[in-house]
Amino acid sequence: MITVEGVTRKYGSFTAVDDVGFTARAGRVTGFLGPNGAGKSTTMRIMVGLTRATSGTVTISGRHYVDLPNPGLEVGVLLDASAQHAGRTGREILNIAQQYMGLPRSRVEEMLEVVSLTPTEASRRVGNYSLGMRQRLGIATALIGDPRVLILDEPANGLDPAGIRWMRDLLRGYADRGGTVLLSSHLLHEIEVIADDIVMIGNGRIVSQGTKTELLHAAGTVVRATDHYILRRALRKLGIVTSLSDDGALRTDVDPVLVGKVALEAGVALTELRTEDAGLEDMFLELTATSQREGAWT
Amino acid sequence: MTAIAAESVRRRVPVSHRVPLRRVTQVELRKMFNTRSGFWLIASIAISAVLATGGVILWAPADELTYSTFATAIRFPVVVILPLIAILAVTSEWSQRTGLTTFTLIPHRSRIITAKAISSVLIAVAAMALTFAVGALGNLLSAAVTGTTLVWDVTLTQCLYYVFGMVLSLMTGFMLGVLIRSSTGAIVAYFVLTFVLPTIFGLLATSQQWFQDLQPWIDVQFAQSGLFVFDQALTGEQWANIAVTGVTWLLVPLAIGLGFVMRAEVK
Repeated sequence: MITVEGVTRKYGSFTAVDDVGFTARAGRVTGFLGPNGAGKSTTMRIMVGLTRATSGTVTISGRHYVDLPNPGLEVGVLLDASAQHAGRTGREILNIAQQYMGLPRSRVEEMLEVVSLTPTEASRRVGNYSLGMRQRLGIATALIGDPRVLILDEPANGLDPAGIRWMRDLLRGYADRGGTVLLSSHLLHEIEVIADDIVMIGNGRIVSQGTKTELLHAAGTVVRATDHYILRRALRKLGIVTSLSDDGALRTDVDPVLVGKVALEAGVALTELRTEDAGLEDMFLELTATSQREGAWT
Repeated sequence: MTAIAAESVRRRVPVSHRVPLRRVTQVELRKMFNTRSGFWLIASIAISAVLATGGVILWAPADELTYSTFATAIRFPVVVILPLIAILAVTSEWSQRTGLTTFTLIPHRSRIITAKAISSVLIAVAAMALTFAVGALGNLLSAAVTGTTLVWDVTLTQCLYYVFGMVLSLMTGFMLGVLIRSSTGAIVAYFVLTFVLPTIFGLLATSQQWFQDLQPWIDVQFAQSGLFVFDQALTGEQWANIAVTGVTWLLVPLAIGLGFVMRAEVK
């Protein structure tokens, strides 16, 4: 479990992280979402003691990171996959981690297998690695000590779709076995597919946090049908209010299950039925527009 | 690979003791060898020692073919390379950004810096042993080839002076690495400190009478030069010169640099 309490980090008059507090619970994947420059990386660096907080504390399973006797065995950290000596081989980078932690040598080959780096690839120097391969190596370094907590900054960056799928399954399995996973991303979709809990940050402040279902549920249901007049009428008979948008989709506050049942009884074929994530998405886009450079003029 | 594979290879026994400094030092030592640049830098000590020895055999006058000539010739390449090794051992954590992993696995930065200092000194001592051995082989070889008498004109005390002088040079590099934390900056600073500054001090001493008396107390290279001459034992005053310049040029900046390292953000 990771507990972040009132963490603030100032650089002169600029406040990069402003009173951030949340908990990443065991057995769950917590998504740390925010546009670039929102303060995600700074918060993560503060968690592991690379940056000092101006005020506030972070504890990992009740202890400060610096007080962990052998941190690699308790917290797996990947902050930047590119932060490796280009002249070192992938295997050698894992050897270093394995030796710091005092693990058996065999762990290195095991981890290479877990992250699907072939022996030939592992013998190449990291300078020749693609970003995706560096991410895999970084994941291997984070996992080698078999920690109970994972802190990963943008781990899906540079991975191909199959790699992203692999990463998702890996982290899901990790949390299901009782591990704590905190991962950051600037992509809403990425967080949405994997996270159980979402913490959204913008301009250094937390703007929204809760379980994914809570955050998504508030927005209701989106439904499209071949004939939306019939569906709308059927819903209205049950006292369900809908709104029709320009693109022909119906929006309502009720559960998608109910909408589906109504459509079945009314004999209307549905072309789309989903929980509306627009609440989160709108908030995220708004945040992105005000705090991200390329969004400033749109 | 899937999560199932990850599960099947989970570590069995949870152990969590504080990482001993001995182990940190072993890893830091390994990190000095296991990059391409680090490997060739260390290999170049042996290579340049052999080249310098060959040069002495080929070109030195017969009456100077003594052990001290070999040891002095080997000194010049080594005194340049050793501090570079110490500089890169420290600065690579920042320039190559490996510090992001290193200081996460060992959050007490002072332990990493201590381990780096110990491993740098170990390499310096090993390099010195190597150069003495290469010099000795060169001396034996030249006596056999040229037919001159074998002269061993270096005492054990002088050897120890020499090693001490080399360790001081290495620590100067180490200090600059800690203080500047950028490979290029620290290397440039090292050359300024060891080659440019002594020249300026030398010119100043020849032109200004008042500085001549002060030079041994200010010019660190001048103060340490007695360690490398294979001449005679150092006087108490010469040791005092080494101590004073050592404090001002080595210990004080090192302390300032350590202060930065402990506080600085690792990005």
